[in-house]
Amino acid sequence: MLLAGILRLSALAEHKALSIRQNDRTDALPDFRNLGVVARILLVVNGAALAVALVRAQGVAEIGTQFFDIVFWVEPALSVILAVLYAASALLARLRFAAGFFCTLAIVAALTLAMSAVQSFLGRTPDWSALLYGVALAIVLAALLLEYFRVRGRAFSPALAEARLQALQARIRPHFLFNSLNAVLAIIRGNPRRAEGALEDLADLFRSLLADNRQLIPMREEISLCRQYLNLEHLRLGERLQVQWTIDPGAEDALVPPMLLQPLVENAVYHGIEPGLAVGAIEIRIGLAGDRVVVGLSNPYHPEHQHRQGNRMALANIRERLQLHFDVEAKLDTGVDGERYRIGMVMPYRKAP
Amino acid sequence: MTPLRVLIVDDEPPARARLRDLLDDCRAEVPNAIVGEAGNGLEGIDLLCSNPADVALVDIHMPGMSGIEFARHIQVLEAPPAVVFVTAHDQYAVEAFEVNAVDYLLKPVRASRMAAALKKAAAGPRVTRDVLDRVDTQPRRFLSVNERGRLTLVPLTDVLYLKAELKYVTVRTREREHLIEESLARLEEEFGNLFIRIHRNCLVARQLIRGFERLDGDEAEASWAVLLDGCKEKLPVSRRQWAQVKALAKS
Repeated sequence: MLLAGILRLSALAEHKALSIRQNDRTDALPDFRNLGVVARILLVVNGAALAVALVRAQGVAEIGTQFFDIVFWVEPALSVILAVLYAASALLARLRFAAGFFCTLAIVAALTLAMSAVQSFLGRTPDWSALLYGVALAIVLAALLLEYFRVRGRAFSPALAEARLQALQARIRPHFLFNSLNAVLAIIRGNPRRAEGALEDLADLFRSLLADNRQLIPMREEISLCRQYLNLEHLRLGERLQVQWTIDPGAEDALVPPMLLQPLVENAVYHGIEPGLAVGAIEIRIGLAGDRVVVGLSNPYHPEHQHRQGNRMALANIRERLQLHFDVEAKLDTGVDGERYRIGMVMPYRKAP
Repeated sequence: MTPLRVLIVDDEPPARARLRDLLDDCRAEVPNAIVGEAGNGLEGIDLLCSNPADVALVDIHMPGMSGIEFARHIQVLEAPPAVVFVTAHDQYAVEAFEVNAVDYLLKPVRASRMAAALKKAAAGPRVTRDVLDRVDTQPRRFLSVNERGRLTLVPLTDVLYLKAELKYVTVRTREREHLIEESLARLEEEFGNLFIRIHRNCLVARQLIRGFERLDGDEAEASWAVLLDGCKEKLPVSRRQWAQVKALAKS
């Protein structure tokens, strides 16, 4: 009896430990293919080299020679390490954090040793103690960097960032919801079929809004969501709303954050079409430029209506989500060009599986 | 009972259709007849001048002129219709309506609410101009002038200056003059970004100030006058306002 109780308790404890571990998928190695990560590594390593040079130098004049002396040893190893980590990034990401951590350190140690050894023999001045000292330094630096990326990742993602992403999930304006429901009610008697279609679009739109929007989705899905949204607005605004799509088929399978375009299109309708007495056009271009996805959106500009709130919030929201997903590799610009308000977005092209 | 004459002002065709259906639905309870439908405030004012109405159902959020501005303008008519605002979601306006006891309906509207609003509008007291001025957070784009029973709208961008006379304010445009029954102080408050006070009784369009001229003679009140684009008159600047006016001219 007692034994059974203890067993159950320990099973419970184990279960608890397991669930904690499962929740603890927040620790992760950085994505070594990310430009921001690579830039940070380069900055820190070269910064460390400069620090060592400053310590070693006897006078100001010597700093330069000391620095180049160190860089001569550091740079070749660093480039090879970054190249290998770039190639192995996907493999490393599959490991558990601790395993990935030690694998990365092992790669760093082995490559530093190998490169320094090669250079020593080429220069015919093998100095084994200096060589081992260099390797130790590389390991410490790598460990510190990985820890930095882990902490940074925590600050940006898990509990905090997930909550942030949830909160950030672009929200459709109540204004739009009630006006759409009103428009559907208006056509139910006269055009029940169209009303059915509109309610289906509305349902899909809200399903996407309420979905777990943390994973990237193919651009194709985001485009079809926007089309559904625009169908609903068309019902309400009629001919006043004109939309021109220009889509490069190659860009349709690019992975993008969900609800990336829809809030921008909604803004375009709210700020560009609704305040205008005349017919207004929204232009949406989605294309590829090398290994980047380029999105452009423009709508009529009504300066007298800039008091209408919400624009900056949606933009800040999208900018932040782009940063969470792509770091420095994505950007979003806005501007007024004559009579049109323009938004441009660039992000790395990642093909949907 | 003579049917209530109803005017619908909404920019969205389906929203107008919905209001039509609802008026239909509550016709047995509150007899009503639709006298017109307008897609924006300007059309609404045109319609109202030829087809008087008892009640106007007005969307707030419309291009060109907001529903609230529309309601402010029609108050200069001899017998303006009672205004019932209709809105999908406009937090600020709704709060202001609540505070000032202005009637409004939320979209999508129910037939029972519509019937209640019509009854109340037919019997109850009307919103006053003062209340509407308070409710509107935006400055108007036009001044409304009642000229022999007809409502004329003067775009504020056409106005050269506003000058207070005994009971009225003279609105001077390039072409002509209009008289409105408003206070210069209230106009200054509402359109401070467009006009500057140069004298106890005069506001001029900031954008149109072309220069200043010294006035001859030694009149105690004023020794400088403002010259405006498109205006032959020289408008005296009072001593009190001179520093402010000069500062604006410099910037």
